[in-house]
Amino acid sequence: MIDFLTSPDTYRHWRLNFTGEIAELMMDVDENGGLFDGYQLKLNSYDLGVDIELSDALQRLRFEHPEVKVVILKSGKERVFCAGANIRMLGVATHAHKVNFCKFTNETRNGMEDASEHSGLRFLCAVRGTAAGGGYELALACDSILLADDGNSTVSLPEVPLLAVLPGTGGLTRVTDKRKVRRDRADVFSTLEEGVKGKRAVDWRLVDAVAPNSKFDATVADMAKTLAATSDRPGGLGVALTPLVRDISGDAIAYSLVRVDIDRDARRATIAIKGPGAAQPANAAEVQAQGADFYLLKLARELDDAIVHLRFNELDIGTWVFRTEGDPAHMIALDDMLAAHQSHWLVREILNFWKRVLKRIDVTSRSLAALVQPGSCFAGSLAEIAFACDRAYMFSGEMKGDNRPEARMTLSGLNFGRYPMSNGLSRLATRFLGEPQTLESARALIGKQLDGFDSDKLGLVTEAFDDVDWDDEVRIFLEERASFSPDSLTGLEANLRFPGPETMETKIFGRLTAWQNWIFQRPNAVGPEGALKRYGSGVKAAFDKQRV
Amino acid sequence: MTNSSAAYVDGAVDYSTNIPNNIGLVNDARVLKALEQWHPGYLDWWNQMGPEGFQASDVYLRTAVSIDPKGWAQFGYVKMPDYRWGILLAPQDPNRLVNFGASKGEKAWQDVPGEHRASLRRLIVIQGDTEPASVEQQRHLGATAPSLYDLRNLFQVNVEEGRHLWAMVYLLQKFFGRDGREEAEGLLQRRSGDPDKPRMLGAFNEATPDWLSFFMFTFFTDRDGKMQLESLAQSGFDPLSRSCRFMLTEEAHHMFVGETGIGRVLERTCEAMKKAGIEDPHDTAKVRALGVIDLPTIQKKANLHFSLSLDLFGSEVSTNAANFYNAGLKGRFMETKIDDDHVLTNATYPVLKFVDGQIRMVDEPALTALNMRLRDDYVKDCQGGVGRWNKVIEKTGVNFQLKLPSVAFHRQIGEFARVEASPDGKLMTEADWIRMRDQWLPSSEDGEFIRSLMRPCWEIGQYAPWIAPPKVGIDSKGADFEYVAIHRA
Repeated sequence: MIDFLTSPDTYRHWRLNFTGEIAELMMDVDENGGLFDGYQLKLNSYDLGVDIELSDALQRLRFEHPEVKVVILKSGKERVFCAGANIRMLGVATHAHKVNFCKFTNETRNGMEDASEHSGLRFLCAVRGTAAGGGYELALACDSILLADDGNSTVSLPEVPLLAVLPGTGGLTRVTDKRKVRRDRADVFSTLEEGVKGKRAVDWRLVDAVAPNSKFDATVADMAKTLAATSDRPGGLGVALTPLVRDISGDAIAYSLVRVDIDRDARRATIAIKGPGAAQPANAAEVQAQGADFYLLKLARELDDAIVHLRFNELDIGTWVFRTEGDPAHMIALDDMLAAHQSHWLVREILNFWKRVLKRIDVTSRSLAALVQPGSCFAGSLAEIAFACDRAYMFSGEMKGDNRPEARMTLSGLNFGRYPMSNGLSRLATRFLGEPQTLESARALIGKQLDGFDSDKLGLVTEAFDDVDWDDEVRIFLEERASFSPDSLTGLEANLRFPGPETMETKIFGRLTAWQNWIFQRPNAVGPEGALKRYGSGVKAAFDKQRV
Repeated sequence: MTNSSAAYVDGAVDYSTNIPNNIGLVNDARVLKALEQWHPGYLDWWNQMGPEGFQASDVYLRTAVSIDPKGWAQFGYVKMPDYRWGILLAPQDPNRLVNFGASKGEKAWQDVPGEHRASLRRLIVIQGDTEPASVEQQRHLGATAPSLYDLRNLFQVNVEEGRHLWAMVYLLQKFFGRDGREEAEGLLQRRSGDPDKPRMLGAFNEATPDWLSFFMFTFFTDRDGKMQLESLAQSGFDPLSRSCRFMLTEEAHHMFVGETGIGRVLERTCEAMKKAGIEDPHDTAKVRALGVIDLPTIQKKANLHFSLSLDLFGSEVSTNAANFYNAGLKGRFMETKIDDDHVLTNATYPVLKFVDGQIRMVDEPALTALNMRLRDDYVKDCQGGVGRWNKVIEKTGVNFQLKLPSVAFHRQIGEFARVEASPDGKLMTEADWIRMRDQWLPSSEDGEFIRSLMRPCWEIGQYAPWIAPPKVGIDSKGADFEYVAIHRA
């Protein structure tokens, strides 16, 4: 089992140093610390294990260190910044692992950009030595890149010439869309195994600046200072991300607010989420006082862990069913309080975190269904989960012999833009792309508990069924879903979940799914004579030269 | 040596152009122009970074006049800046093949195959970078030369390293377009030991503080150069092969300087010990009082330079080395003499590795173990020279033997970079190693002592008291020949 829970005292690959508003995040990968056997993480190359720690470090910077305004990303190795994803690992990994790995690393890098844009946490990448492939992509996720001008330090995306694949963490998209490198130069750059260094790297906008070794540290400090001046992070005390309580036994995973039950025969996981209780903080200071025990923060951490756990460790479980339970009114009250205090750094972090968890759901290649039943709590922030699903079925009316409250959907202000999807729109705006008037009708219903009939009429759920039809309809849907080709479902869902505008993020995920994953399957990359299989053997790959 | 005809005679060295050559440069206007543009920058570099203080002196140097292995060199007095650096390639064999790797059996390439452009350029740039680096490292040594003979040898080595730079620059200018021109410029811009523009390889950024270091460098580090050149001489890219083959004829002299230099130091020390009746070579105080370098210090210097030179071979198991071989770009030492399939896709090679806390032999795929193999050949080659040094000691009756340290000792690169080992290969803690360091590597005190001996000896036929004269001089001249006519400005 791949475990995503870690903490700085157990890191093997990263070191964090804090000096006031500047933090150093140093990558110093332990060669022998690979997640699996069969490869060594040489030259600061990484595998999922390295990225799990990075992801954890970023979370801690956000929550535990509000005093940090700038993170300086650097290497702990002498002559290499980062050689990218470990190629031998990719050579031995299953296709599914590679795809999941790329998805997770993309989420981590998007998270860095999110931290800068929405939480004021800036990133400065201080590249000394080679930054190749995923190493340069890590740099690309930062606000600023400084490259040592020592004749040896280079940035490169050598995937095409060296490995017959594509950069897997948004490298090509960020080169053209974020750094706005001219497309023909980007073409030259992406076929140049040895990369680009010095002045040309600046001229082509691949990096922001170069500095000779003797001025490197001073330039880093200057750039960090400049970046810090653009940050609105407040300082003060953070919130300790205390260890999550998780119990995995048999086919159940139990957290405090989340419970996953796996039905292996049906290839289905049910994810049940508890809504908030009645007693909730009234303001940001009380949220801070609760710290990691605050409802939405705790829920985000638990659900986040459950998602990545299921993604990586339960590949056969093709359908996820979300249920919630609780009092919708409590959730709406909590949302209102959070909305009122969202300029507070911690509230902002928590809302941003929940946004990222929802995005993780969006890009999960599983069939997603929400079941809105009596006693459920699909309200406000929790209703977003239903909107993220491919289908949402709602129980309409009374259930015989059930004394729980009737099924309701409830909207809060947060449903209208605080949790944008990767396409930049809220889930509701995406849902009602063709009927903007519906979006406005929904806005007018904020705070109203909508029953099955009204929710169906408004379009918040796929269908509402009454007592007569519910069991059969839900069963048939789930059984039918499980009978389709998992590949075609992945493609279908990824196509339909993101209507509307393209953003850098949708491009990155879309192209990862479409192109990289296709190339990763092709014999030219992974066949017995393919480049990934032969990498490091010294024997050249043999290509099928036919263009497809 | 006059050749006024512009017509190029195959194989002869053409001195009609500014740049002597045997490749028909006169008929290749583009490359000639590129090299002529590079030339002033090179001279600037030589004047700034070349031997300090002797640029106006007449030095008895050899200059290549043909590539005939028997009579290629001509000796005469030259002022170093007037040295005719040129481009000399071993003769072309029209039937030469790619002799190893996936393209084995194809005709050797006369142009750079597009797919190997980056790899070849990198190999040539790295090789090229070492040549000016050693000149830079040695530029202050003239001031403390122990004799005119040694001074001349130093300068011969220097001008030839300069010529080797030309050889690599020619390849870059001729075959690699704009990138090649930029790299050729880069070779003049980097500086040994400069924190901002260091030379590419670690050992070439170390200081060469004294003549003992110089001899050790030419013995150990130039021998790495020889091994690299030997393996590049096997290249399927024919111009590289031809360049390196000719460079090897010059490189032999550099190692001769190192081996005989140390040999003469040993001889002088042992004779002085015998004369003074000192039996214990480890009684360094007594030996040093004689004004000669004690044998344990020589061993420490050898330990240092051997370990630094081993790092130049890179990681024992290397994907790059495998790729270079399979692509037909860089072969093994004596490739064509080795009895195997020269493809190596199914072969293994034993590699000394650090596994589970122990140093052990592990069979690795032969392709990825090529650095290890070349290093093994190198160690064997070094061992031969050390054996000859021990003969010098033995002949004097002093009871002492020099030894090569373990390959695990004092390493910065490869399997043993993260462990500490003694010269005899015992693993130890870092604290213990640091405690023993000065027993095994030159201490600052050793350095000071050596420096105290480094006083110039520029009288004709005179030799500094810490080194014996050579048995014979250069070009059959005696030890008392005026090898350098020092011009004091």
